Formats: sequence, C-alpha cells, structure tokens
Amino acid sequence: MTRSTVRDSLGVGVATGLYGASFGAISVGAGLSVPQTCVLSLLMFTGASQFALVGVLGGGGSALSAAATAMLLGTRNTLYGLRVGPLLSWRGVRRAGAAHLLIDESTAMSVNRDSPEDARLGFLVTGGSVFVLWNLFTLLGAVGGNAIGDPRTYGLDAAVGGAFLALVWPQLTTTANRVVALLAVAVALGLVPVTAAGVPVLAAGGVALLAGLLSRGTS
Amino acid sequence: MTWAAVVGAGVGCYLLKLAGVSVPPSVLERPLVRRVAGLIPVALLSALVAVQVFSSGQRLVLDERAAGLAAAVLLLVLRAPFLVVVVGAALVAALLRLA
Repeated sequence: MTRSTVRDSLGVGVATGLYGASFGAISVGAGLSVPQTCVLSLLMFTGASQFALVGVLGGGGSALSAAATAMLLGTRNTLYGLRVGPLLSWRGVRRAGAAHLLIDESTAMSVNRDSPEDARLGFLVTGGSVFVLWNLFTLLGAVGGNAIGDPRTYGLDAAVGGAFLALVWPQLTTTANRVVALLAVAVALGLVPVTAAGVPVLAAGGVALLAGLLSRGTS
Repeated sequence: MTWAAVVGAGVGCYLLKLAGVSVPPSVLERPLVRRVAGLIPVALLSALVAVQVFSSGQRLVLDERAAGLAAAVLLLVLRAPFLVVVVGAALVAALLRLA
C-alpha cells in the first residue's frame, strides 16, 4: 500500500505542479510583478484563491476586494482541515507546518487511505511535491509571461476565464450547484455596470449564503 | 497596494488552513456552515468566469474571450486536463485576434 500511495501522490503532485506555469503567466499578464507572483505561490499556496486574487486585481478591483475574494475561496481549506486534522493527529510545529500543505489535492490523497500511516504519507508526499513543483513552475510561467510582451496577443486574458471554468467544472454535477452557478453569474454581470470592479464577484458570494440558508432541511 | 493584497491575503489563507486543523471539529461542523462553505467556491468561481470573460472595466462586452470560453467548455466536455483547457482558451482568442 505504501508504495502505491507514494506513486499516486507523486503523480498528482506532478500534474498539479505543472499548471503553476499557467498561474505564473496569467499573474504577470494581470499586472503583478514576478516577485509578487512568486510570493503568492509560496505564501498563499492555494490555486483557486491565487487565480482569484490576480483576476480581481487585473480587472481593476481594489486590494481589499481582491484579498476578500481570495480568502472567501480559502475557507474551503478550513473544512478540509476538519477532516484531515484528526487523521494526521499532529501538534505544535508539525501541525503548523502541515497546515500550509492543506489543499484540495493533499486532502483528496489522504482521506481515502486505509491506515493513519498511509494517510499521513499521502498528505505529505502530495502536498510536498505540489508545493515544490507549483512554486518552480510559477516562477517559470511568470518569467516566460513577462518575456512575451502584451498578454492579449497570446490570449492570456481569455485563459483566465478558462482557468476559472476548469476549476468550477467538477462541481457542476448537481442541479443545486448549477442553479447557484447561474444565479452567481447573473448577479455578477448585473452588478458590473453599477459597482466598482471586484464588488460583483464578492456579491455573488451572497448567492451561496442565501442558497445555503434557503435549502435548510432539504438536504 | 498590490503587495498588501498579496501578503495580507496570503497570511489570511494560511490562517484559514491552520484554523481547520486546530479547532475542534464540533465548533465548525454544523449543517449550515458546511452547506454554505460548499457553495461558496461554486458561486465565486462562476462569477469570476463571467466577469473575466464578459466585462471590461464597468462595461459588459462580447469579444474574443467569449470564443476562448466556448473552446474551454468544449475541451472540458471532452475531459481534457486543466492545462489543455487553459491553453486552448488562450489559443482560440489569440488566433481570432490575428484574423
């Protein structure tokens, strides 16, 4: 079991780490510097939040709305922690270090293991390999993105929408989620002409709150 | 201001992770919290798709980015991996701008 855990975890790590290059290129295309882009991958280290931050800033949104959107997306890692925490059962420095590696992929590769040892191994190998490769490819993508000039020429502005769609796509399998997605799109586009950049996306988060409240007892 | 957003939100996202592995599950494990937290990524990411593709500043626009998004949909239906979807969307928009 241990060998297959390591092999599977490394596979996920390589696949995920590679698309750090698209983040790096999109981030500098949105107007962030190479150091800012790299610090994001090192410090924030959670893909959807990183894409959201540069997306909102690139669209002219304020630092505050960009940070708020990124952190709202980061709340799902808190829920992952609730499941992964007891599996790892670490304390102190080890827990503080492991928390940094808490992302979609490391959670997925630890909660489905047969033993606590395998769960820890899956978490560490997946989280560690994604961290190393995600940061390496962020740097390569950012330097490459800087070298190519106007990002629009290469369709990098269109790549941002594609990236967000690919991130949300696996979740659009239930009717409830599809309805929430459509309402969020409607709210956001409706607010674009009348609010400051960054606000439409945050307001769409209210759709999630409303849908959660209204669906009380039905699930 | 960009640095403030980068560092502030970076630290914030780490603290959200740390909170998850530190607090007793009973504190946050409530049906409403779980439901809303599950829906937040769906709502925010969908809104980000729409705003990134169909707006320019405060104007709603329909340009090459929409064709890029259509390409992304097609590639996702065909179960293409993330990187292929992103590059495909960029490529279609870039080629249309050349034409």
